[in-house]
Amino acid sequence: MIAALIFYMFAALTVGSAVMVISARNPVNSVLFLILCFFNAAGLFLLLGAEFLAMVLVVVYVGAVAVLFLFVVMMLDINFLKLREGFLQYLPTGAVVGLVLLVELATLFGGWAFAPDVEALVRSPMPPVAEVSNTEALGRLLYTTYAYLFQASGLVLLVAMVGTILLTLRRREGVRKQVIADQVARTAKNSVEIVKVPTGGGI
Amino acid sequence: MFEIGLAHYLTVAAMLFTLGVFGIFLNRKNVIIIMMSVELMLLAVNLNMVAFSSYLNDLVGQVFAMFILTVAAAEAAIGLAIVVVFFRNRGTIAVEEISQLKG
Repeated sequence: MIAALIFYMFAALTVGSAVMVISARNPVNSVLFLILCFFNAAGLFLLLGAEFLAMVLVVVYVGAVAVLFLFVVMMLDINFLKLREGFLQYLPTGAVVGLVLLVELATLFGGWAFAPDVEALVRSPMPPVAEVSNTEALGRLLYTTYAYLFQASGLVLLVAMVGTILLTLRRREGVRKQVIADQVARTAKNSVEIVKVPTGGGI
Repeated sequence: MFEIGLAHYLTVAAMLFTLGVFGIFLNRKNVIIIMMSVELMLLAVNLNMVAFSSYLNDLVGQVFAMFILTVAAAEAAIGLAIVVVFFRNRGTIAVEEISQLKG
């Protein structure tokens, strides 16, 4: 009973904040509702027993991705109201496509059942929670069977990082920056000059 | 009603995914909101993965959800970097202005 109520609360808040994400007038509000949506989805993950993924969702999505969105929204000096023009014009098309998609998904979920031999098809059965926690079980699987894929996903992140830095790096003209190499390469010979000054003559 | 099954989670995920698609249509000019809608769709897929994993007692779904999370983070970082660079060059992020990328 209480679990069901908690599920309904999380589900309603997730869907409600998703609605606000796509309909908020101010993109900053959109990002904040996106954060709320992620938090409630993490709650749903917790109800499903995937506690590690719930925490990863909070750390990665809320801590990194959503904050990145927030940075970009606040950094770009854009008239967002102008971008909202045509909001109502696109509403009917979007509503039709969304409705068709929802009906399709509903029919899919309506006439659907597990295969009779589904138990035999399980690749990596979940160990009992009392013995092995979800995090530990996931780690055992990730670092053994899926070690190569794990490394590959690390490479994906590396490529994304290099690409992002390369895209946004720029050298601006007219900015005096400290060049450590020049400072280190400087010697007394090319920076200090000894001048014989005659008495009363000045330089 | 008070017995939460797999279908409940799948319904929530389907609604999230539909809202993501709807958001792309609704905010066709604002590329940042479009990217947020894509994040919503990825979240819906993740929810499906974890729900099936939980109800089938199979951990592979959760492993796969982690990979989806990784790819989503990489996609958001690269996409936002492209948006920032585009804004620097053109002073706008309106989607219909982004025609330079056409070959």
